[in-house]
Amino acid sequence: MIVNPPRLLQETLLTSVGNYPDHTALISGDVRMSYREVSDYACRLAHALRMQGVRRGDRVAIFMDNTWQCAVSIYGILLAGGVFVPINVQTKQDKLAFILQDADVHVLLSESPLSRVFSPVVELLPTLQVFCQKNPMDLSVNMGNVFDNLVDMPTTPPPQLAVSQDLAALIYTSGTTGEPKGVMHTHQSLSFVLDSINKYLGFSQDERLFSALPLNFGYGLFQWLSAVSIGATLILERSFAYPAQVFKRMHDEAVTSLAGVPTVFAMMLALDAKQALRFPSVRRLTNAAAALPIEFIPGIRRMFPEANLYKMYGQTECIRSAYLNPALAELKPDSVGCAIPGTELLLLDDNGGTVAKGEVGNLYVCGPHLMKGYWKQPEKTAEVLVPGLVQGELMLKSGDLFRQDADGDFFFVARSDEIIKSRGEKVSPVEVENAIYSLSAVQEVVVIGLPDPLLGEAVCAFVAAREGEKLSVQQIKHICSDRLENFMVPKHVFFLSELPRTTNGKLSRKLLMEQCDHYLPN
Amino acid sequence: MTINMKKTIRKYILENLLFTEDESTLQDDESFLDSGMIDSTGVMEIILFIEESFGFRVKDDEMLPANLDSVNNLADFIQRKQVIVA
Repeated sequence: MIVNPPRLLQETLLTSVGNYPDHTALISGDVRMSYREVSDYACRLAHALRMQGVRRGDRVAIFMDNTWQCAVSIYGILLAGGVFVPINVQTKQDKLAFILQDADVHVLLSESPLSRVFSPVVELLPTLQVFCQKNPMDLSVNMGNVFDNLVDMPTTPPPQLAVSQDLAALIYTSGTTGEPKGVMHTHQSLSFVLDSINKYLGFSQDERLFSALPLNFGYGLFQWLSAVSIGATLILERSFAYPAQVFKRMHDEAVTSLAGVPTVFAMMLALDAKQALRFPSVRRLTNAAAALPIEFIPGIRRMFPEANLYKMYGQTECIRSAYLNPALAELKPDSVGCAIPGTELLLLDDNGGTVAKGEVGNLYVCGPHLMKGYWKQPEKTAEVLVPGLVQGELMLKSGDLFRQDADGDFFFVARSDEIIKSRGEKVSPVEVENAIYSLSAVQEVVVIGLPDPLLGEAVCAFVAAREGEKLSVQQIKHICSDRLENFMVPKHVFFLSELPRTTNGKLSRKLLMEQCDHYLPN
Repeated sequence: MTINMKKTIRKYILENLLFTEDESTLQDDESFLDSGMIDSTGVMEIILFIEESFGFRVKDDEMLPANLDSVNNLADFIQRKQVIVA
């Protein structure tokens, strides 16, 4: 007899529906769903996926906006025994095709407004089945209208074979080489980090969490997973695009917890300067994805007079690594704090030796929240999941340089790779350069990130045209917006007759960073 | 006047959100949000553009899709504001 059954992520939903069946789980647009409704829908979807042949470990992609269907589909896939692959709604055809093929996705769940992106891709992938929310006019192959036909399915969970070591999610993230990598998380790693996050944030069941962050990335996803695991309510918005709508919703729903990124706080502060904003119901604010500028803090305190401010740090490979005790928000405004409960952070030098307090070192993350590895990429996995100090343990190389103060709190120093962080999203400069190189008039291009008050870093492209060819800023931005998510489109494009080279004649981002003052207009 | 105003709006959206001169890529009633051409920082840019081009301040409580989320919505909103100013 199993005394402690292995823990699967979807069990949190089944527990919450048992405890609070009529409590509101999700508010999205005009839709309000109780735990019973979320669970019924997820179970029906699970049966429908099973009927379509989805089996334990099969990948099911979710390519949707931040809608209730998107949120509930996560649990539907898990209940079917599948692995959910959340894809950013702004993803364009080439990258979508890459992810669907790379992950060997069996079923794609999407919605009709996105058919212009996925339809051409689906035609190239004959074995892929597509479930679309509404049947768009121009859909041809493999498309079912499953979302409207779920009524006939049972509302009990299908029999479950999965164990906690099974993959639960495959989350794609930008890599330095330009191609996205699928980060493999098991039920065990996600359940562990979920517990740890709930613990340090001190969530309670009467919580009303608010998020407009995309469900496809760890920080946004965990707002929903946290809400479900504690039986609380998530108010899910599609985006922060229309502030008046967002603010009204926050007031009307008496939101208690707000998840933000620096760009969101920057926008709120800009609006607050025009017309004072105040959210007295919020008692917990979180920031992650990029460092919160120190100068934002007084304004944030004014807007959220009752809130504790949690500064957090993490990456898709382990979801969350560190958080700063909110009591220290003003005392250590540039610290990310300490390791999340049940985990450990280490600072090591380039030879793996321990670094003295105060010295800069590479940050390594240890604990049960680490990913299994990158999907089908053993070499890349071995570069970041390395043998730990404890025999048999693996630790994650974060790629970031940190130092530690006498209390043990960590301070970010720099990234050790060339990834750009813009609006809290990771941007691979190689991916942007590849898009720009697809213009035949481009001789060479180097993409770097430069400091920007709203974006954190602004993506900047330095381009040299082929001799005799003409290029415009618009052409460069157009090709990027055609192929890349919006946050990757360069904010600034500069044309140079030639780009700076190292003594070996190589293009160098580092060199351009050092010399860019020289090239930039004032 | 509305025709000129729409032209100005379309030109801005085409140049700054779609990065093209191809008029056929933008329908006047197309939602910026649904079509994926805009996100949170994009809306702030549109607001700056209309404040500078049409000479009025957009209030916080006016930053709604009904006012800002398509060429038609923008044109109607600007016209209503200009009547009030006039």
